[in-house]
Amino acid sequence: MASLGPEAKAGEMPPDSPFVRGAEAGPELSEETMVINLGPQHPSTHGVLRVRLTLDGERVVDAEPVIGYLHTGFEKTAESLTWQQANTVTDRLDYLSPMSNNLAYVLAVEKLMNLEVPKRAQYIRVLFAELTRIASHLVWLGTHVMDLGAMSLFFYTMREREVLLDIIEATTGVRMNPSYFRVGGLAYDLPDGFHEKVRDFLKEFPRWMKMYRNLFEDNPLILERLQGVAVVSREQCYAYSVTGPILRATGVARDLRKDEPYSSYEEFEFEVPTRTEGDALARFWVRVEEMYESHKIMEQALEKITPHGPYTTSDRKVALPPRDEIYGNMEALIHQFKLVTEGFSVPRGEVYQAVEGPRGEMGYYLVSDGGPRPYRWRARTPSFYNLQTLPLMCRDGLVADVITTIGSIDIMLGDVDK
Amino acid sequence: MSADPEILDRLETRFPGAITRVEAVDQPTCLIPKDAVRAVALYLRDEEGYRMCIDVAGVDYHPDRPRFEVVYHLYHPERRARLRVKCRVGEEEEVASVTPIWPGADWPEREAYDLLGIRFAGHPNLTRIYMPDDWEGHPLRKDYPLRGTRID
Repeated sequence: MASLGPEAKAGEMPPDSPFVRGAEAGPELSEETMVINLGPQHPSTHGVLRVRLTLDGERVVDAEPVIGYLHTGFEKTAESLTWQQANTVTDRLDYLSPMSNNLAYVLAVEKLMNLEVPKRAQYIRVLFAELTRIASHLVWLGTHVMDLGAMSLFFYTMREREVLLDIIEATTGVRMNPSYFRVGGLAYDLPDGFHEKVRDFLKEFPRWMKMYRNLFEDNPLILERLQGVAVVSREQCYAYSVTGPILRATGVARDLRKDEPYSSYEEFEFEVPTRTEGDALARFWVRVEEMYESHKIMEQALEKITPHGPYTTSDRKVALPPRDEIYGNMEALIHQFKLVTEGFSVPRGEVYQAVEGPRGEMGYYLVSDGGPRPYRWRARTPSFYNLQTLPLMCRDGLVADVITTIGSIDIMLGDVDK
Repeated sequence: MSADPEILDRLETRFPGAITRVEAVDQPTCLIPKDAVRAVALYLRDEEGYRMCIDVAGVDYHPDRPRFEVVYHLYHPERRARLRVKCRVGEEEEVASVTPIWPGADWPEREAYDLLGIRFAGHPNLTRIYMPDDWEGHPLRKDYPLRGTRID
Protein backbone atom coordinates (compact mmCIF):
# COMPACT_ATOMS: atom_id res chain seq x y z
CA MET A 1 0.00 0.00 0.00
CA ALA A 2 2.82 2.34 0.85
CA SER A 3 4.12 2.20 -2.73
CA LEU A 4 0.94 3.60 -4.19
CA GLY A 5 0.75 7.32 -4.74
CA PRO A 6 -1.19 9.48 -2.29
CA GLU A 7 -4.13 9.83 -4.77
CA ALA A 8 -4.48 6.12 -5.44
CA LYS A 9 -6.94 4.26 -3.35
CA ALA A 10 -6.65 0.61 -2.66
CA GLY A 11 -8.75 -1.56 -5.00
CA GLU A 12 -9.26 1.19 -7.54
CA MET A 13 -8.16 0.55 -11.11
CA PRO A 14 -8.01 2.90 -14.09
CA PRO A 15 -11.19 2.41 -16.16
CA ASP A 16 -9.26 1.07 -19.19
CA SER A 17 -7.38 -1.55 -17.20
CA PRO A 18 -7.71 -5.03 -18.71
CA PHE A 19 -8.55 -6.37 -15.27
CA VAL A 20 -11.54 -4.12 -14.98
CA ARG A 21 -12.73 -5.01 -18.48
CA GLY A 22 -12.31 -8.67 -17.73
CA ALA A 23 -14.30 -8.46 -14.55
CA GLU A 24 -17.16 -6.60 -16.18
CA ALA A 25 -17.12 -8.51 -19.46
CA GLY A 26 -18.06 -11.75 -17.75
CA PRO A 27 -18.89 -14.49 -20.27
CA GLU A 28 -17.50 -12.45 -23.17
CA LEU A 29 -14.01 -13.10 -21.86
CA SER A 30 -14.09 -16.63 -23.22
CA GLU A 31 -14.32 -15.30 -26.77
CA GLU A 32 -10.99 -13.57 -26.59
CA THR A 33 -7.91 -15.43 -27.67
CA MET A 34 -4.52 -14.76 -26.21
CA VAL A 35 -1.21 -14.86 -28.04
CA ILE A 36 1.77 -15.98 -26.03
CA ASN A 37 5.30 -16.85 -26.98
CA LEU A 38 6.78 -20.17 -26.05
CA GLY A 39 10.50 -19.76 -26.28
CA PRO A 40 12.93 -19.03 -27.83
CA GLN A 41 14.51 -19.51 -24.42
CA HIS A 42 12.41 -22.28 -23.00
CA PRO A 43 13.93 -25.54 -21.81
CA SER A 44 11.30 -27.73 -23.43
CA THR A 45 11.95 -26.34 -26.91
CA HIS A 46 15.30 -28.15 -27.02
CA GLY A 47 17.16 -25.16 -28.29
CA VAL A 48 16.00 -21.84 -29.61
CA LEU A 49 12.62 -22.61 -31.08
CA ARG A 50 9.94 -20.01 -30.65
CA VAL A 51 6.31 -20.98 -30.98
CA ARG A 52 3.69 -18.26 -31.26
CA LEU A 53 0.73 -19.81 -29.51
CA THR A 54 -2.79 -18.52 -29.93
CA LEU A 55 -4.77 -19.76 -26.98
CA ASP A 56 -8.39 -19.92 -26.06
CA GLY A 57 -8.00 -20.65 -22.39
CA GLU A 58 -6.17 -23.94 -22.18
CA ARG A 59 -6.96 -24.82 -25.79
CA VAL A 60 -4.52 -24.17 -28.59
CA VAL A 61 -6.13 -22.34 -31.50
CA ASP A 62 -2.92 -22.04 -33.48
CA ALA A 63 0.75 -22.74 -32.96
CA GLU A 64 3.14 -21.09 -35.37
CA PRO A 65 6.81 -22.01 -35.16
CA VAL A 66 9.13 -19.04 -35.61
CA ILE A 67 12.59 -20.23 -36.56
CA GLY A 68 15.93 -18.82 -37.57
CA TYR A 69 17.45 -18.03 -34.18
CA LEU A 70 20.26 -20.49 -34.82
CA HIS A 71 20.75 -19.67 -38.49
CA THR A 72 24.45 -19.75 -39.25
CA GLY A 73 24.53 -19.88 -43.03
CA PHE A 74 25.90 -23.41 -43.32
CA GLU A 75 25.14 -23.59 -47.03
CA LYS A 76 27.00 -20.36 -47.79
CA THR A 77 29.93 -21.49 -45.65
CA ALA A 78 30.12 -24.89 -47.31
CA GLU A 79 30.12 -23.34 -50.78
CA SER A 80 33.32 -21.50 -49.84
CA LEU A 81 35.14 -24.65 -48.70
CA THR A 82 36.66 -27.49 -50.69
CA TRP A 83 34.66 -30.66 -51.18
CA GLN A 84 36.51 -32.43 -48.40
CA GLN A 85 36.40 -29.47 -45.99
CA ALA A 86 32.66 -29.00 -46.47
CA ASN A 87 32.23 -32.27 -44.61
CA THR A 88 32.97 -30.45 -41.35
CA VAL A 89 29.87 -28.32 -41.85
CA THR A 90 27.64 -31.39 -42.02
CA ASP A 91 28.55 -32.39 -38.45
CA ARG A 92 27.11 -29.18 -37.14
CA LEU A 93 23.67 -29.51 -38.72
CA ASP A 94 22.30 -32.27 -36.56
CA TYR A 95 24.95 -32.33 -33.91
CA LEU A 96 23.42 -35.29 -32.07
CA SER A 97 23.96 -37.60 -35.04
CA PRO A 98 26.95 -36.13 -36.88
CA MET A 99 27.92 -39.40 -38.55
CA SER A 100 24.57 -39.69 -40.34
CA ASN A 101 25.09 -36.26 -41.84
CA ASN A 102 28.67 -37.12 -42.78
CA LEU A 103 27.47 -40.28 -44.44
CA ALA A 104 24.86 -38.60 -46.63
CA TYR A 105 27.34 -35.98 -47.76
CA VAL A 106 30.27 -38.25 -48.56
CA LEU A 107 27.97 -40.67 -50.38
CA ALA A 108 26.66 -37.79 -52.49
CA VAL A 109 30.15 -36.67 -53.48
CA GLU A 110 31.26 -40.23 -54.12
CA LYS A 111 28.25 -40.81 -56.35
CA LEU A 112 29.10 -37.72 -58.35
CA MET A 113 32.72 -38.88 -58.67
CA ASN A 114 31.77 -42.51 -59.23
CA LEU A 115 34.18 -43.48 -56.49
CA GLU A 116 34.46 -46.94 -55.01
CA VAL A 117 34.89 -47.23 -51.24
CA PRO A 118 36.48 -50.34 -49.64
CA LYS A 119 33.96 -52.70 -48.04
CA ARG A 120 35.64 -52.45 -44.67
CA ALA A 121 35.17 -48.67 -44.66
CA GLN A 122 31.52 -49.14 -45.62
CA TYR A 123 30.93 -51.47 -42.67
CA ILE A 124 32.65 -49.07 -40.28
CA ARG A 125 30.41 -46.31 -41.63
CA VAL A 126 27.35 -48.46 -40.99
CA LEU A 127 28.50 -49.20 -37.45
CA PHE A 128 29.03 -45.55 -36.63
CA ALA A 129 25.81 -44.43 -38.33
CA GLU A 130 23.89 -46.84 -36.10
CA LEU A 131 25.92 -45.88 -33.05
CA THR A 132 24.98 -42.23 -33.50
CA ARG A 133 21.38 -43.25 -34.10
CA ILE A 134 21.32 -44.90 -30.69
CA ALA A 135 23.13 -41.93 -29.12
CA SER A 136 20.65 -39.53 -30.69
CA HIS A 137 17.63 -41.59 -29.65
CA LEU A 138 19.01 -41.80 -26.10
CA VAL A 139 19.00 -38.00 -25.88
CA TRP A 140 15.51 -37.92 -27.35
CA LEU A 141 14.28 -40.55 -24.89
CA GLY A 142 15.72 -38.77 -21.87
CA THR A 143 14.55 -35.30 -22.82
CA HIS A 144 11.16 -36.39 -24.10
CA VAL A 145 10.33 -38.24 -20.91
CA MET A 146 11.72 -35.36 -18.88
CA ASP A 147 9.35 -33.00 -20.72
CA LEU A 148 6.55 -35.24 -19.52
CA GLY A 149 7.72 -34.80 -15.96
CA ALA A 150 9.86 -37.88 -15.34
CA MET A 151 13.25 -36.58 -14.37
CA SER A 152 15.34 -39.61 -13.57
CA LEU A 153 15.46 -41.30 -16.98
CA PHE A 154 17.31 -38.30 -18.39
CA PHE A 155 20.25 -38.90 -16.06
CA TYR A 156 20.47 -42.56 -17.05
CA THR A 157 20.29 -41.98 -20.80
CA MET A 158 22.85 -39.20 -20.66
CA ARG A 159 25.12 -41.41 -18.58
CA GLU A 160 24.88 -44.21 -21.11
CA ARG A 161 25.30 -41.88 -24.05
CA GLU A 162 28.66 -41.06 -22.54
CA VAL A 163 29.78 -44.63 -23.26
CA LEU A 164 28.96 -44.10 -26.93
CA LEU A 165 30.73 -40.76 -26.99
CA ASP A 166 33.75 -42.48 -25.46
CA ILE A 167 33.83 -44.89 -28.41
CA ILE A 168 33.62 -41.95 -30.80
CA GLU A 169 36.34 -40.12 -28.89
CA ALA A 170 38.63 -43.15 -28.85
CA THR A 171 38.25 -43.43 -32.63
CA THR A 172 38.23 -39.83 -33.80
CA GLY A 173 39.72 -37.81 -30.95
CA VAL A 174 36.62 -35.71 -30.33
CA ARG A 175 33.22 -36.36 -28.82
CA MET A 176 31.04 -34.16 -30.97
CA ASN A 177 31.45 -33.07 -34.60
CA PRO A 178 33.99 -35.77 -35.48
CA SER A 179 33.98 -35.48 -39.34
CA TYR A 180 35.21 -39.06 -39.30
CA PHE A 181 33.82 -40.04 -42.68
CA ARG A 182 35.70 -38.53 -45.58
CA VAL A 183 35.11 -38.58 -49.28
CA GLY A 184 36.72 -41.86 -50.29
CA GLY A 185 36.49 -43.61 -46.94
CA LEU A 186 37.40 -42.65 -43.39
CA ALA A 187 39.74 -40.10 -41.87
CA TYR A 188 41.88 -42.73 -40.10
CA ASP A 189 41.83 -46.35 -39.10
CA LEU A 190 40.17 -47.78 -36.00
CA PRO A 191 42.20 -47.60 -32.78
CA ASP A 192 43.52 -50.62 -30.91
CA GLY A 193 40.93 -52.22 -28.68
CA PHE A 194 38.04 -50.85 -30.72
CA HIS A 195 36.30 -54.20 -31.08
CA GLU A 196 36.42 -54.85 -27.32
CA LYS A 197 35.02 -51.41 -26.55
CA VAL A 198 32.10 -51.84 -28.92
CA ARG A 199 31.51 -55.41 -27.79
CA ASP A 200 31.26 -54.21 -24.17
CA PHE A 201 28.68 -51.68 -25.20
CA LEU A 202 26.70 -54.19 -27.23
CA LYS A 203 26.62 -56.52 -24.23
CA GLU A 204 25.49 -53.79 -21.85
CA PHE A 205 22.89 -52.21 -24.10
CA PRO A 206 19.99 -54.69 -23.64
CA ARG A 207 20.41 -54.34 -19.89
CA TRP A 208 20.09 -50.55 -20.11
CA MET A 209 17.05 -50.83 -22.29
CA LYS A 210 15.44 -53.18 -19.81
CA MET A 211 16.05 -50.68 -17.04
CA TYR A 212 14.58 -47.82 -19.11
CA ARG A 213 11.57 -49.87 -20.00
CA ASN A 214 10.95 -50.61 -16.36
CA LEU A 215 10.72 -46.87 -15.84
CA PHE A 216 8.25 -46.03 -18.60
CA GLU A 217 6.65 -49.16 -19.97
CA ASP A 218 3.79 -49.55 -17.54
CA ASN A 219 3.83 -46.01 -16.27
CA PRO A 220 0.21 -44.85 -16.69
CA LEU A 221 1.18 -41.18 -16.42
CA ILE A 222 3.54 -41.34 -19.37
CA LEU A 223 1.23 -43.45 -21.50
CA GLU A 224 -1.68 -41.13 -20.84
CA ARG A 225 0.28 -38.08 -21.82
CA LEU A 226 1.33 -39.64 -25.12
CA GLN A 227 -1.72 -41.56 -26.24
CA GLY A 228 -3.89 -39.78 -28.79
CA VAL A 229 -1.75 -36.64 -28.61
CA ALA A 230 -0.27 -34.91 -31.67
CA VAL A 231 -1.92 -37.18 -34.19
CA VAL A 232 -1.08 -36.93 -37.89
CA SER A 233 -2.39 -39.10 -40.68
CA ARG A 234 -0.36 -40.82 -43.36
CA GLU A 235 -1.57 -38.48 -46.11
CA GLN A 236 -0.76 -35.45 -43.98
CA CYS A 237 2.76 -36.80 -43.59
CA TYR A 238 3.10 -37.17 -47.36
CA ALA A 239 1.69 -33.71 -47.98
CA TYR A 240 4.01 -32.09 -45.46
CA SER A 241 7.13 -33.99 -46.59
CA VAL A 242 7.44 -35.73 -43.23
CA THR A 243 9.91 -38.60 -43.04
CA GLY A 244 11.48 -40.81 -40.42
CA PRO A 245 9.85 -42.14 -37.25
CA ILE A 246 6.86 -39.78 -37.57
CA LEU A 247 5.98 -41.27 -40.96
CA ARG A 248 6.68 -44.81 -39.77
CA ALA A 249 4.33 -44.26 -36.84
CA THR A 250 1.50 -43.89 -39.36
CA GLY A 251 2.04 -47.35 -40.75
CA VAL A 252 4.44 -46.64 -43.62
CA ALA A 253 7.56 -48.80 -43.62
CA ARG A 254 9.61 -46.16 -45.43
CA ASP A 255 13.23 -46.60 -44.48
CA LEU A 256 15.92 -45.58 -46.95
CA ARG A 257 18.23 -48.24 -45.55
CA LYS A 258 15.81 -50.78 -47.04
CA ASP A 259 14.33 -48.83 -49.97
CA GLU A 260 17.49 -47.37 -51.41
CA PRO A 261 20.32 -49.27 -49.70
CA TYR A 262 23.59 -47.39 -49.41
CA SER A 263 26.93 -48.25 -47.84
CA SER A 264 26.17 -52.02 -48.05
CA TYR A 265 23.01 -51.87 -45.88
CA GLU A 266 21.54 -54.56 -48.11
CA GLU A 267 23.88 -57.05 -46.41
CA PHE A 268 22.41 -56.46 -42.97
CA GLU A 269 19.35 -58.05 -41.43
CA PHE A 270 17.01 -55.81 -39.53
CA GLU A 271 13.36 -54.91 -39.25
CA VAL A 272 11.68 -51.56 -39.86
CA PRO A 273 9.48 -50.92 -36.81
CA THR A 274 6.14 -49.32 -37.61
CA ARG A 275 2.97 -48.37 -35.75
CA THR A 276 -0.35 -47.31 -37.21
CA GLU A 277 -1.84 -44.86 -34.71
CA GLY A 278 0.19 -41.82 -35.78
CA ASP A 279 0.18 -40.32 -32.28
CA ALA A 280 2.99 -39.45 -29.90
CA LEU A 281 2.86 -42.89 -28.30
CA ALA A 282 3.28 -44.61 -31.67
CA ARG A 283 6.33 -42.49 -32.43
CA PHE A 284 7.66 -43.24 -28.98
CA TRP A 285 7.57 -46.98 -29.60
CA VAL A 286 8.92 -46.71 -33.13
CA ARG A 287 12.00 -44.94 -31.81
CA VAL A 288 12.47 -47.31 -28.89
CA GLU A 289 12.26 -50.33 -31.20
CA GLU A 290 14.61 -48.68 -33.67
CA MET A 291 17.28 -48.66 -31.00
CA TYR A 292 17.06 -52.45 -30.76
CA GLU A 293 17.36 -52.72 -34.55
CA SER A 294 20.39 -50.44 -34.54
CA HIS A 295 21.89 -52.68 -31.89
CA LYS A 296 21.30 -55.66 -34.18
CA ILE A 297 22.97 -53.92 -37.12
CA MET A 298 25.94 -52.91 -34.98
CA GLU A 299 26.45 -56.52 -33.92
CA GLN A 300 26.50 -57.66 -37.54
CA ALA A 301 28.74 -54.82 -38.60
CA LEU A 302 31.26 -55.56 -35.88
CA GLU A 303 31.49 -59.16 -37.10
CA LYS A 304 32.21 -57.95 -40.62
CA ILE A 305 34.85 -55.39 -39.67
CA THR A 306 38.30 -56.95 -39.74
CA PRO A 307 40.82 -55.47 -37.26
CA HIS A 308 43.12 -54.47 -40.09
CA GLY A 309 42.48 -53.54 -43.67
CA PRO A 310 41.88 -50.62 -45.99
CA TYR A 311 39.93 -47.76 -44.47
CA THR A 312 39.95 -45.41 -47.43
CA THR A 313 40.16 -45.54 -51.18
CA SER A 314 43.54 -46.12 -52.80
CA ASP A 315 42.76 -43.37 -55.32
CA ARG A 316 45.54 -40.89 -54.64
CA LYS A 317 43.61 -38.12 -56.38
CA VAL A 318 41.13 -38.19 -53.51
CA ALA A 319 42.67 -39.67 -50.36
CA LEU A 320 45.87 -38.48 -48.74
CA PRO A 321 48.85 -40.84 -49.23
CA PRO A 322 50.24 -42.51 -46.10
CA ARG A 323 53.06 -40.72 -44.29
CA ASP A 324 55.86 -43.12 -45.17
CA GLU A 325 55.03 -42.79 -48.87
CA ILE A 326 55.18 -39.00 -48.73
CA TYR A 327 58.75 -39.05 -47.39
CA GLY A 328 60.03 -41.56 -49.91
CA ASN A 329 58.04 -40.96 -53.06
CA MET A 330 57.97 -37.81 -55.19
CA GLU A 331 54.60 -38.69 -56.72
CA ALA A 332 53.02 -39.10 -53.29
CA LEU A 333 54.45 -35.79 -52.13
CA ILE A 334 52.90 -34.00 -55.10
CA HIS A 335 49.53 -35.64 -54.44
CA GLN A 336 49.67 -34.68 -50.81
CA PHE A 337 50.59 -31.09 -51.67
CA LYS A 338 47.83 -30.78 -54.27
CA LEU A 339 45.17 -32.28 -52.00
CA VAL A 340 46.07 -30.10 -49.04
CA THR A 341 46.43 -26.83 -50.93
CA GLU A 342 43.58 -26.98 -53.41
CA GLY A 343 41.67 -30.24 -52.89
CA PHE A 344 40.30 -32.49 -55.59
CA SER A 345 37.90 -31.58 -58.37
CA VAL A 346 34.52 -33.19 -58.83
CA PRO A 347 33.09 -33.74 -62.32
CA ARG A 348 30.45 -31.26 -63.47
CA GLY A 349 26.94 -32.38 -62.61
CA GLU A 350 24.31 -32.58 -59.92
CA VAL A 351 23.36 -35.26 -57.44
CA TYR A 352 20.92 -35.90 -54.63
CA GLN A 353 21.77 -38.50 -52.05
CA ALA A 354 19.82 -39.21 -48.89
CA VAL A 355 20.27 -41.48 -45.91
CA GLU A 356 17.90 -42.53 -43.16
CA GLY A 357 18.99 -40.34 -40.28
CA PRO A 358 17.56 -40.67 -36.77
CA ARG A 359 15.04 -37.94 -37.60
CA GLY A 360 14.22 -38.88 -41.17
CA GLU A 361 15.53 -38.32 -44.64
CA MET A 362 18.84 -36.49 -44.45
CA GLY A 363 19.81 -35.58 -47.99
CA TYR A 364 22.22 -33.40 -49.91
CA TYR A 365 21.69 -31.82 -53.28
CA LEU A 366 25.07 -30.92 -54.70
CA VAL A 367 25.91 -29.10 -57.89
CA SER A 368 29.46 -29.17 -59.19
CA ASP A 369 30.86 -26.85 -61.81
CA GLY A 370 33.86 -29.13 -62.17
CA GLY A 371 35.96 -27.19 -59.67
CA PRO A 372 37.43 -27.94 -56.26
CA ARG A 373 34.52 -26.34 -54.37
CA PRO A 374 30.81 -27.19 -54.39
CA TYR A 375 28.91 -24.74 -56.58
CA ARG A 376 25.69 -25.44 -54.70
CA TRP A 377 25.61 -27.26 -51.40
CA ARG A 378 22.07 -27.85 -50.32
CA ALA A 379 21.16 -29.76 -47.18
CA ARG A 380 17.71 -31.33 -47.00
CA THR A 381 17.41 -31.62 -43.25
CA PRO A 382 14.62 -33.75 -41.78
CA SER A 383 13.75 -31.55 -38.78
CA PHE A 384 13.10 -28.52 -41.01
CA TYR A 385 10.29 -30.38 -42.78
CA ASN A 386 9.01 -32.33 -39.80
CA LEU A 387 8.60 -29.17 -37.73
CA GLN A 388 6.14 -27.79 -40.30
CA THR A 389 3.54 -30.18 -38.92
CA LEU A 390 3.63 -28.59 -35.45
CA PRO A 391 0.51 -26.43 -36.03
CA LEU A 392 -1.28 -29.48 -37.42
CA MET A 393 -0.46 -31.55 -34.37
CA CYS A 394 -1.13 -28.85 -31.76
CA ARG A 395 -4.42 -27.39 -32.99
CA ASP A 396 -7.32 -28.02 -30.62
CA GLY A 397 -5.00 -29.63 -28.11
CA LEU A 398 -3.98 -28.42 -24.68
CA VAL A 399 -1.04 -26.15 -23.87
CA ALA A 400 0.67 -28.94 -21.97
CA ASP A 401 0.47 -31.14 -25.06
CA VAL A 402 2.47 -28.60 -27.07
CA ILE A 403 5.48 -29.62 -25.00
CA THR A 404 4.76 -33.28 -25.66
CA THR A 405 4.40 -32.55 -29.36
CA ILE A 406 7.71 -30.72 -29.67
CA GLY A 407 9.46 -33.58 -27.92
CA SER A 408 7.74 -36.17 -30.02
CA ILE A 409 8.68 -34.50 -33.34
CA ASP A 410 12.25 -34.80 -32.02
CA ILE A 411 13.53 -31.60 -33.57
CA MET A 412 17.12 -30.56 -33.69
CA LEU A 413 17.47 -26.83 -34.04
CA GLY A 414 20.83 -27.04 -35.75
CA ASP A 415 19.02 -29.08 -38.35
CA VAL A 416 16.07 -26.69 -38.62
CA ASP A 417 17.96 -23.42 -38.76
CA LYS A 418 21.01 -24.50 -40.75
CA MET B 1 18.28 -47.51 -61.16
CA SER B 2 15.07 -45.62 -60.84
CA ALA B 3 11.89 -47.34 -59.72
CA ASP B 4 9.86 -45.40 -62.28
CA PRO B 5 12.05 -45.17 -65.41
CA GLU B 6 9.30 -44.22 -67.86
CA ILE B 7 8.10 -41.16 -66.00
CA LEU B 8 9.91 -38.76 -68.36
CA ASP B 9 8.31 -40.47 -71.38
CA ARG B 10 4.87 -40.00 -69.91
CA LEU B 11 5.63 -36.38 -69.06
CA GLU B 12 6.75 -35.77 -72.65
CA THR B 13 3.52 -37.28 -73.97
CA ARG B 14 1.40 -35.21 -71.62
CA PHE B 15 3.30 -31.94 -72.11
CA PRO B 16 4.69 -32.09 -75.64
CA GLY B 17 7.59 -29.75 -76.20
CA ALA B 18 7.77 -28.56 -72.61
CA ILE B 19 10.04 -31.23 -71.16
CA THR B 20 13.81 -31.08 -71.62
CA ARG B 21 15.60 -34.16 -70.38
CA VAL B 22 18.73 -33.58 -68.32
CA GLU B 23 21.40 -36.21 -67.76
CA ALA B 24 21.96 -36.94 -64.09
CA VAL B 25 23.78 -39.70 -62.27
CA ASP B 26 21.11 -40.42 -59.70
CA GLN B 27 17.48 -39.94 -60.79
CA PRO B 28 15.27 -38.96 -63.75
CA THR B 29 15.68 -35.24 -64.25
CA CYS B 30 13.97 -32.74 -66.50
CA LEU B 31 13.86 -29.03 -67.10
CA ILE B 32 10.51 -27.33 -67.68
CA PRO B 33 9.55 -23.74 -68.51
CA LYS B 34 8.61 -21.82 -65.40
CA ASP B 35 5.09 -21.16 -66.67
CA ALA B 36 4.44 -24.91 -66.72
CA VAL B 37 5.34 -25.50 -63.06
CA ARG B 38 1.80 -25.48 -61.74
CA ALA B 39 0.36 -27.71 -64.47
CA VAL B 40 3.21 -30.22 -64.25
CA ALA B 41 3.08 -30.27 -60.46
CA LEU B 42 -0.68 -30.90 -60.44
CA TYR B 43 -0.30 -33.65 -63.04
CA LEU B 44 2.52 -35.32 -61.12
CA ARG B 45 0.64 -35.24 -57.84
CA ASP B 46 -2.89 -36.14 -58.96
CA GLU B 47 -2.37 -38.40 -61.95
CA GLU B 48 1.04 -39.91 -61.29
CA GLY B 49 0.93 -40.01 -57.50
CA TYR B 50 4.10 -38.07 -56.69
CA ARG B 51 2.53 -36.98 -53.42
CA MET B 52 5.69 -35.99 -51.59
CA CYS B 53 7.78 -32.95 -52.33
CA ILE B 54 11.03 -33.94 -50.68
CA ASP B 55 12.81 -30.66 -51.26
CA VAL B 56 12.67 -27.33 -53.04
CA ALA B 57 16.10 -25.85 -53.61
CA GLY B 58 17.17 -22.67 -55.32
CA VAL B 59 20.44 -22.35 -57.20
CA ASP B 60 22.01 -19.05 -58.25
CA TYR B 61 23.78 -19.27 -61.62
CA HIS B 62 24.90 -15.64 -61.61
CA PRO B 63 25.94 -14.13 -64.07
CA ASP B 64 23.94 -16.47 -66.33
CA ARG B 65 20.47 -15.34 -67.32
CA PRO B 66 17.81 -16.31 -66.31
CA ARG B 67 19.63 -16.18 -63.07
CA PHE B 68 18.04 -18.81 -60.82
CA GLU B 69 17.11 -22.42 -61.04
CA VAL B 70 14.42 -23.88 -58.78
CA VAL B 71 14.91 -27.60 -58.19
CA TYR B 72 12.01 -29.76 -56.98
CA HIS B 73 12.81 -33.20 -55.64
CA LEU B 74 9.67 -35.34 -55.76
CA TYR B 75 8.91 -38.74 -54.34
CA HIS B 76 6.33 -41.38 -55.13
CA PRO B 77 5.47 -43.22 -51.87
CA GLU B 78 4.10 -46.39 -53.48
CA ARG B 79 6.57 -46.81 -56.35
CA ARG B 80 9.33 -45.48 -54.09
CA ALA B 81 10.52 -43.49 -57.06
CA ARG B 82 12.27 -40.18 -57.19
CA LEU B 83 12.02 -37.42 -59.76
CA ARG B 84 13.83 -34.12 -60.15
CA VAL B 85 12.09 -31.27 -61.93
CA LYS B 86 13.85 -27.99 -62.52
CA CYS B 87 12.93 -24.62 -63.95
CA ARG B 88 14.83 -21.44 -64.65
CA VAL B 89 13.54 -18.14 -63.31
CA GLY B 90 14.93 -14.64 -63.67
CA GLU B 91 15.67 -12.12 -60.95
CA GLU B 92 12.68 -9.92 -61.77
CA GLU B 93 10.35 -12.83 -62.48
CA GLU B 94 8.03 -14.94 -60.41
CA VAL B 95 7.45 -18.66 -60.43
CA ALA B 96 4.22 -20.30 -59.30
CA SER B 97 4.39 -21.54 -55.72
CA VAL B 98 3.80 -25.25 -55.25
CA THR B 99 2.77 -24.81 -51.60
CA PRO B 100 -0.95 -25.09 -52.50
CA ILE B 101 -0.08 -28.44 -54.14
CA TRP B 102 2.44 -29.79 -51.65
CA PRO B 103 2.02 -27.97 -48.30
CA GLY B 104 5.48 -29.20 -47.31
CA ALA B 105 7.00 -26.81 -49.84
CA ASP B 106 5.98 -23.87 -47.65
CA TRP B 107 9.19 -23.43 -45.66
CA PRO B 108 11.71 -24.36 -48.36
CA GLU B 109 10.10 -21.82 -50.69
CA ARG B 110 10.32 -19.20 -47.98
CA GLU B 111 13.94 -20.20 -47.51
CA ALA B 112 14.68 -19.78 -51.24
CA TYR B 113 12.99 -16.39 -51.10
CA ASP B 114 14.90 -15.35 -48.00
CA LEU B 115 18.38 -16.53 -48.98
CA LEU B 116 18.25 -16.16 -52.77
CA GLY B 117 15.42 -13.73 -53.48
CA ILE B 118 13.38 -16.07 -55.69
CA ARG B 119 9.75 -14.96 -55.65
CA PHE B 120 6.97 -17.52 -55.57
CA ALA B 121 3.58 -16.33 -56.80
CA GLY B 122 0.65 -17.58 -54.75
CA HIS B 123 2.63 -18.51 -51.68
CA PRO B 124 0.45 -17.98 -48.59
CA ASN B 125 3.15 -16.32 -46.49
CA LEU B 126 6.23 -15.36 -48.48
CA THR B 127 8.29 -13.72 -45.74
CA ARG B 128 11.84 -14.19 -44.53
CA ILE B 129 12.28 -17.36 -42.56
CA TYR B 130 15.88 -17.31 -41.32
CA MET B 131 17.17 -13.76 -41.62
CA PRO B 132 15.71 -10.85 -39.62
CA ASP B 133 12.68 -9.26 -41.26
CA ASP B 134 14.53 -6.01 -41.97
CA TRP B 135 17.58 -7.66 -43.52
CA GLU B 136 18.76 -6.25 -46.83
CA GLY B 137 19.93 -8.56 -49.58
CA HIS B 138 19.90 -12.30 -50.02
CA PRO B 139 22.96 -13.99 -48.48
CA LEU B 140 23.14 -17.15 -50.58
CA ARG B 141 23.51 -15.24 -53.85
CA LYS B 142 26.86 -15.63 -55.54
CA ASP B 143 27.45 -11.88 -55.58
CA TYR B 144 26.77 -11.53 -51.87
CA PRO B 145 30.03 -11.32 -49.86
CA LEU B 146 30.94 -14.32 -47.75
CA ARG B 147 32.17 -12.35 -44.79
CA GLY B 148 32.95 -8.86 -43.63
CA THR B 149 31.18 -6.14 -41.73
CA ARG B 150 31.48 -2.69 -43.19
CA ILE B 151 32.80 -0.20 -40.67
CA ASP B 152 32.17 3.42 -41.59
